[in-house]
Amino acid sequence: MGRILLMLTLAFGWVGPGLTEERSSLWPEIPKATGDPHPEGNAYWRKYHPDMLRHDRDLTMHQGDRQVQASLKACFDCHAAKDQAGQVVTYADERHFCRTCHDYAAVKVDCFMCHRSTPEGVDETAVEHAGLDGRARRIAAWLEETTGTDREGSR
Amino acid sequence: MSCGCDKGREKGAEINRRDFLRSGAAVATATLAPGVTLIAFGGSEAQARADAGKRWGLLIDVNRCDPDCDACVRACQTENGWKDDGNPSTDAQWIRKVTLKHKATGREVSMPVMCQHCEEPPCVDVCPTGASFKRADGIVLVDKHICIGCRYCMMACPFKARSFVHEPLVNQSENAPRGMGTVESCTLCVHRVDAGGTPACVEACAATGKGAIIFGDLKDPDSEISKRLADYPSVALRPDLELNPGVRYSNI
Repeated sequence: MGRILLMLTLAFGWVGPGLTEERSSLWPEIPKATGDPHPEGNAYWRKYHPDMLRHDRDLTMHQGDRQVQASLKACFDCHAAKDQAGQVVTYADERHFCRTCHDYAAVKVDCFMCHRSTPEGVDETAVEHAGLDGRARRIAAWLEETTGTDREGSR
Repeated sequence: MSCGCDKGREKGAEINRRDFLRSGAAVATATLAPGVTLIAFGGSEAQARADAGKRWGLLIDVNRCDPDCDACVRACQTENGWKDDGNPSTDAQWIRKVTLKHKATGREVSMPVMCQHCEEPPCVDVCPTGASFKRADGIVLVDKHICIGCRYCMMACPFKARSFVHEPLVNQSENAPRGMGTVESCTLCVHRVDAGGTPACVEACAATGKGAIIFGDLKDPDSEISKRLADYPSVALRPDLELNPGVRYSNI
């Protein structure tokens, strides 16, 4: 965990605006957020968001304090990534705000096994089926293309 | 290994310590008997919501409950985002309608049964991880961050109030996160209660005009629920177990 955080910090903290041209092609494409920027700055949030969320979840759950500073559902007020059609994507899609960096750092978060990964009101079943993430579907498509058979047929 | 997360944890812990010390300034003591002293710490600001001075409960008037009505169940489903998927053995069931028939007289009554929010919850006793817990205000919850899905609590609950999520889920309610591999049950709409509201089932029942469910603070002698309990007979389900549930029934 420490190494991953260090990597994230190095990756995001050291690259100034002037260096954007030199980014590698592996650099995650972080979806643009709406709303006002965090007053603490992005570097702070990139480093501390797990701790803030974890601490506040206990306050909310056990003590009923719902006036917390960091809540998962508040993230999506500004960080609901959309696809080309303007439809909000779920965590099953690799363009999801959380996944862009977490995939890059090879960290799997399990928040969205229970929490919804889109703002309330979005029909997640219509967007993507759970458990079938974008990569698995692309691999399946590639297999189908190269072998000429689908997985069901080859069994 | 030192990393940002440890520092963050310490920061959180320190706030708690500070809160605790601050609250220590308001220590109240009461002598119960010679040599026995009760020391109560004043709550910190963070604990303002789940108040130990309250105990939330329901009173269900079975006489007013229509056997053909399931407004409370529907309201709970909408509010908390669970539904029947046509698999009765595994479907989630936070609240259900139960029909009781008196063997001798043949009198039939219908009533909703959900988590009874016991004062001595067996689900909390058996939980190996501390995920099943009782809040200071008497609401019994599952902390799904800690739940490992062992389902001991489901076996321990005499009211069959808990369900297990067997399959991956999407489209959860923002207010009621729920997911595969964890146990869940009625939360007494804790998100509404914390905001000063009443549970969805109570609202829905009142909206039908029957008003069979009353929600309130059992520790407040002036609340409607306390007055009704004081004036009219009521029972707890399975009183023999002495669990002192927060959900009471009248006219069974």
